[in-house]
Order: sequence, then structure tokens, then C-alpha cells
Amino acid sequence: MPASLIDGNSLLAVDVGSVTTRAAYFDVVEGQYRLIGMGHCPTTNYSAMRNLVLGVQLAVENLQSLTGKQLMDDDGRLLIPSQPDGSGVDAMVTTFSVGAPIKTLVVGLLPEISLKSAEKLAHATYARIVDSLSLNDPRRLDEQVNTIVRYSPELVLIAGGLDGGASYSIKNIIETVGLSAYLMPEEQRPAMLYAGNRALADSIKTTLSKIASELVICPNVRPALEVETPGPAQRQLANLTTNIRQRQMPELEELRTLSGGVILPSAYAQGRMVRFLSSYYGGNKYVLSVDVGASAISLAASFGEDLHLNVLPHFGLGEPLSGLLKHTTLDEIARWLPVEIPLETVRDYLYQKSLYPQCVPATHEELFIEQAIVRQSLLLSAQTMIQRLPGRYRKPGGLLPSFEPILAGGAVLTHAPSLGQKLLMLLDGLQPVGITTLVLDHNNLLAMLGVAAEVNSLLPVQVMDAGALAYLATIIAPVSDAAYGTPIVRAKLIREDGTTMTSEVNMGNLQILPLDSGQTARLELRPLRNADVGLGPGRAGAVEVIGSSLGVVIDARGRPLRLPPNTGERVKLLKKWLKTVGG
Amino acid sequence: MLAPLIHILPLATVTRTRLMPVEGKIIAGVGQKVNPTDTVAEAIVGRKHLVIDVAQKLDIPQREILKCIKVKKGQSVAKNDLLAESKGLFGKEIVAPANGTVVATGSGKIVLETGGAVFELRAGIPGVVTQTIGLRGVVIRATGGVIQGVWGNGKLDYGTMQSLMEGPEDLFEPARIDVSLRGTILLGGHVESQKVFQNAAELAVRGLIITSLNPALLQIASQMPFPVLVLEGFGRRPMNANAYKLLSTNIKRDVSLNAETPNRQNNARPEVFIPLPVSQEPPEPREAETFAPGQLVRVVFLSKPGRLGTILQLRPMASLPNGIKTNAAEVRLENGEQILAPLTNLEVLG
Repeated sequence: MPASLIDGNSLLAVDVGSVTTRAAYFDVVEGQYRLIGMGHCPTTNYSAMRNLVLGVQLAVENLQSLTGKQLMDDDGRLLIPSQPDGSGVDAMVTTFSVGAPIKTLVVGLLPEISLKSAEKLAHATYARIVDSLSLNDPRRLDEQVNTIVRYSPELVLIAGGLDGGASYSIKNIIETVGLSAYLMPEEQRPAMLYAGNRALADSIKTTLSKIASELVICPNVRPALEVETPGPAQRQLANLTTNIRQRQMPELEELRTLSGGVILPSAYAQGRMVRFLSSYYGGNKYVLSVDVGASAISLAASFGEDLHLNVLPHFGLGEPLSGLLKHTTLDEIARWLPVEIPLETVRDYLYQKSLYPQCVPATHEELFIEQAIVRQSLLLSAQTMIQRLPGRYRKPGGLLPSFEPILAGGAVLTHAPSLGQKLLMLLDGLQPVGITTLVLDHNNLLAMLGVAAEVNSLLPVQVMDAGALAYLATIIAPVSDAAYGTPIVRAKLIREDGTTMTSEVNMGNLQILPLDSGQTARLELRPLRNADVGLGPGRAGAVEVIGSSLGVVIDARGRPLRLPPNTGERVKLLKKWLKTVGG
Repeated sequence: MLAPLIHILPLATVTRTRLMPVEGKIIAGVGQKVNPTDTVAEAIVGRKHLVIDVAQKLDIPQREILKCIKVKKGQSVAKNDLLAESKGLFGKEIVAPANGTVVATGSGKIVLETGGAVFELRAGIPGVVTQTIGLRGVVIRATGGVIQGVWGNGKLDYGTMQSLMEGPEDLFEPARIDVSLRGTILLGGHVESQKVFQNAAELAVRGLIITSLNPALLQIASQMPFPVLVLEGFGRRPMNANAYKLLSTNIKRDVSLNAETPNRQNNARPEVFIPLPVSQEPPEPREAETFAPGQLVRVVFLSKPGRLGTILQLRPMASLPNGIKTNAAEVRLENGEQILAPLTNLEVLG
């Protein structure tokens, strides 16, 4: 891994999404790594060709035409490493999120302890939990076996037993898993990951290695009652996820070979990058990244080194939309519409989009519906993540912890026509509190940088420093129980040139203090009526803020944000907010 | 940009893979002519396992259990056959609780596989078997008209197609289903009422080909005992003109209705197949195409749904009326209207 620019290796990063395949080319310019260009193409796994590699070739072709850099030979083969004539690229890395959620069985000893750890592990990848087994399972043995055989899981995640603790019970459960897998057709047997009592590792190997399609033994995710160490198991799970996908899509092998084995699930790479940023931004900050994809919404929250990765396939903005109404209602989606649209139209949109995940909204009405769906899906995703967080990170009232910054990517966000629309989708969906910065991953690079770090530790840092991520806005979101219309914060923005702007913001209002991109300013905040602007209830203070096209946004609309039940009033308010942020 | 294709073809040669959910026995041989209702393969599905804890029932340690078990893996047993016994004054016997096969013994347990039903894989289309796929299924080659849809309830049947449509924008009125249509495959418009399914089920129709479906009826449509194929999508939509013309000119013909559940992972699409005799095999449908001016396309999303048009010009990174910038095309619809449509919202007819 180069720690300096001596090698100066160029890099091609490929991300195979469920809708779009993207290829990004990075190289050294004036002593710094830069993103040179990005090509894209519809993912070809779903076309009649059913071959992901074709989509990669087309994305690279697109990249070539945009950058003028020759990366492939005349037969469409990638030129790796770089050729003496300057064509080609030194290395390639790959991330992927393509594919249906992996049917997963989670196994643990106690439901509230090791089973939770196994579930948490499953949440870190593109998994759908189909069943769980634990000591308290009330089903008869043959009921358990028949259910597992019927679900035919592709992956089994096993946790259980503290290191040095009892082993008898977990052995019994594992026997059930082994028997069930044995009864499945050989070609359908699941891959298994064991991350329980390490004293059992040898016995697990003996029991399961000939039955599982692949068996991985990891360090215990719960070595002691109060200690959880999911990191090593998450890494192994990322590899296992790749292997499972490769069995489903054999052409991934070609991408793996071209990438010199450096291939990771996008969500894992995203999480890796967020954990890195948590220390990169200094002071072990709490950093959140959200990727709104067609196959899943992924939320990576890093509290210093403590990463909590949540991949939520049921909230994806593509095929999963046909199931969204199992988690919410049409009314809850439609409440975000700034115009009146019949509920039936919203419903038809959900289902039609599940058939055609690649479609983009062609009219104003479709755009409003899509953005309403994004808001509600983000809200549900954030709530799910908050519920899964350990108590030490949760805020009273189920509010989002104080993340700073919050990074957001995904085509529905980055392709929105205006910055204001991007901002409002994030504010309404995530409902951040206190003082934070919204950062837009406008090239959807985060996962690519996360996997790039595997071969070049300098590249992600330098690419980000060069502005790969765009500041969307500084957000001040006070928490207050004051009545709507009463002032809850006084703000004074003191710009570098000495000009100032003061504002008193009422509960229920959204206000912008203009501060141009590239400028910094000092923002003095004086909360009223015991409001908490992020400095503690009623506490005043000052922060340095960075400018952006949207400036500093004071979102005093309330946390949680409550919309008027009356449709007319609500639509009027949503229109007003949209106008405030520039439409 | 690579274009998604939708096949609406009056005559083509198609190869279709027919697979069982599990391995079984292949009945049809390569080169064999098959009719849609012929069984080409069969397997046992839905087997249950009974786990008998011999050690616990005989109350003896696991290490002593081997000598007590009287059956071997792979052995068929009938109900009440002896499975295991312990010796001694208070010896016990364990008998098979049902007919079945011993599929595993070990750890003091015997596992019996019982029950299950025969799954018969039908050919679905009339043609010639060109390949067998392990013990899972066959590939069949056939000639005829093809109309692909967007959603199906996973069922398949064959029968005479009758139409209840008067125009491509029709609503499927449940009252139109009468006794004269018993046992046929019905072509209808948009389904808004569950009464359509109730009436169709009462008359034991062989299948429904519908233009579009109220998504609130998805569950009912999924549960119907006959195939239900949706041609255009969800919410009220007109049937595209080519599909309407092709289907309505083949009324009273026998058709295969394969309402396969769409699956992007394996590119599965539901379809109506109209078998047609030919003297010379027509070409196979194109499988890949890039967008280009002159192509006939179908608008698949909410705006202008189901409309056909011709691409006049490609417009890279064009601004749509809502401000989104995307690769788009200027399309002249059949009624002469000209629209700017994102390429992602178009399918090429091929």
C-alpha cells in the first residue's frame, strides 16, 4: 500500500449498483490525487446479456469518452497496469450493491444478547433475515428444521456464548443448523459465519465445514456480556457477501481478478470510509453517512471508532418500493407533497417504480412524489437505525444523535434539480438536531473511496481535500417545546469582512442566513425559552461556520417535525419552505 | 446507451427455459416435440422432515445408540416399521410415525423424509426440446407471436384466447365475464375491481391477460389459481397499440400464457405466446440494442404511460421540464405529440 506519492499509481474504481454501474478514474495532478472523471452505464446484469462485466465496459467506455484517457484496448479489455504509451490504469478496485437481499438465518444463544449481535451483523450487509434460532425457540426440532429447509437461507450467521463460557447449548443449536443445511440440496446449502465462543471454533469446523458451502470462523462478536466487537466479523462478512454474490453472478470473478482481489460490498466500503472520517475530522466526531440506493438505504454511523452500519434493503428506492406500504402508509408519504396529488397516483408510482427502478421522474408531479417517498423512506431508515443504536448514543425522544457532519449520497438526492430540494429531503427525512453540516457526495464516491483505501491510503484523503464532497449547508436545528410562532433562538452571523446579520427565529420557521461558498463566519447563537441549539438546553455559544450556496440554515420547525394535519395548510407550508430554500 | 427491449413480435423463433424448483426426473428427451400441456419433467416438492430423538426416547447415552438403530440412510420405511430398539428387561421400541425415507442418522437421531407432492413441469409452449438442464428442466424452441408483459402471478396455462376488449383504453367490467367464456384465456383491459377475479375464478377461466392493475388487487391476483398477466403496469393505463393489435387479431387462437413473476435477477418476464405454424423458421428476437433515432419505443412510466412513439433525436443530458438533467430523447408519439422523455423511461420494441 503506497503511503506516499512515489508510486503515483492511477486507480480505476468501479461501483456496480443495482441500477447504475459507475467507473471513476483517479490520478495524480500537481502532486495530489484527483478525481479525473466518472463514467456510467445502466447495470447490465438485468439485461438479456445478464453479464455485469458488459456494464463495466460500457461505463469505462463512457469514462474514456469524457476524459480522453484510453483505459481499454480495442477488444474492450481493461489495460491494467498502465502501458508505456500512457494508456491504461495501474490498479482497479470494485464495490457492488447489485443483487437481491441475501436470505439469512441468524443464530444466537440468548435472544437479547448473542442473537442481537448476530442480527446486528446481518444488518451490516445486504441481508434479509428469514428466520432466527436461539435457546428460547419454542418450536419443536423438526419444525425448526423444516422451516429452515423451506426458507433455504443463503447465509447463516452464528453468534453465541461468551469466550470461556458454556458451550453445550450453542452446540445443540449448531447441530440443528447443520442438520437443516445437510437436508438441503447440495447446491443450495448456505455459507456460514461463526462468531461465537472461540473455544468452540474447532468443534464448529468439524460439524459444519463439510455441510456449509463456505465456513468462516471469526473472533467472537460478543466475547463478554458488556463487550461487542463486530469489526472483524463484519470484515469477514463482507468477503462472504462477495463470495455469495459471485456464486449468483459468476462474472464477478472477472471483476475480482481485474481488481486484484480488492472487491467489497458498497455498504461495507461506505462504513469503512465513515469510520475513517470520524477520526479524520478530528476529536472522534460522530459522523453519519446515508446512501439512498435503489436496492437499499445504507446508514453508516460512526461514533469515533465505533461503527454502526445499517443496510436497509426494504427501504431501497427501486424494487423494494412495492413493499414500502408494509412499513408506512400512503398518507404518511403524501404528507410530504407540496401539491395535492391523489393518493392513488402516489400508490401507482410506488408500484410502477418497483417494476422500473431505473426510471426518473419526468414531470413536476412525479418529482414531488419521488421526493416525498425519499423523505418518508429516510425517516423510517433513520428511526430504524436509532432504535438499533446502543442506549449511550440515543437522545431523548428518539431524536437523531448529534452527528457532524452528515454525508449524503445516492442518485435521487444528487440528481435532484436544485440544492434546496436536496437540502429539504435530507432535513425532512433525517431531521438532524443541533449544529451540523450537510455534505453532499455529489459523485457518489464514498464507497469507491472506501475500497480505494485498501490499496492506497493517501488517495481518499487527497481526493476529499480536493473537494470531492460538496458542503450543502451548515444546519442549526434547535430542540424546543415552545409554542409555534414564539421566538426560540437569536442568531448573529459575523462574516470575515465584518458584516453582520442578526435574526430571531420563531418556532416552526425555516430561515437562511446567507454566507457564500468559500467564506467562513462566526455564528453566535442565543437560545430562548430553554431551547437547545446543540450546546445544551438554554446554553448560548458561538461556532465557526462555512459558507455554501445555501448559507447557514436555521431549521426551527421542531424535532420531531410535525406537519399540519389539514392538507391545505400543510401544502401551503411545504411550498413556503421550498421557496425559502430557493425552490 | 444500452436500451431495454420489450418483445412484441407477430412472428419469431423463441427458446424458453423451463425449470423446476428442485431436481427431479427429466421426462422429455432432446429433439422431442412437445405440446404445452405435456409434462417434460417432474419432481417431489414440499417434503417434510421428522426428527426422531432416539437417544432421548430410549433413554440411553448417544455413544450406545448406534447398535440400537435398525435402519440405514436411504432406506424406505412404512408407518410403524421398527426404527430403533433397546434391549433388556425394560427395552423399548421406536417405530416410524409415517411412511418415508431415512435421510440422516447421527447424534442419537434419525431423520425421516415424508410426504411431498409431485410437481409436474409442463412444456408451456408447443415446440421442440433442444436441451436438458441437469435434473432441473429443459429448453424448448418454438415459433409464434410473442407479447411480453411486466407482471405475472407465477402461473402458466394454455387455452383459447377470447377478448372482452373494445379498445386499448378499456376498463375490465366484471359483468362482461359470462358462462360462454368458461375455460378460456381472457383478454381484458384495466382491472379496478376484485369482482373481475371472483367472476373469472367462478367460471374456471384458464387465465387473464390484462392491460393494467389496481395495485390494491395485487394480493388477490397473486392468489388466483390461473395465470394473471399484466401487460403495462400498475394504475390505469392503456394497452400499447402494437400489443393490442397483435392480441386482438389472434382472438380465438390457442395461446400459451406464462405469467412468470418478473425477476430482474434472471431477466424473467411474463409473456403471451401465440403458436404459429411456419415453413421457414423466423429469426430470434434481438437481445441487445442501443438507443438510436428511428426506433419504436414504449413509454413505461407514469407520464404518457403505454404510449408508443418513435425516437426523433437523442438529447444527452437534457433538462426535463422539472429541472432534472438526464440522457433523454425527443419522441414523436403515435398521436403526433412530441415529448422529451428520459431514456430510462423508454423500452425499445423488438
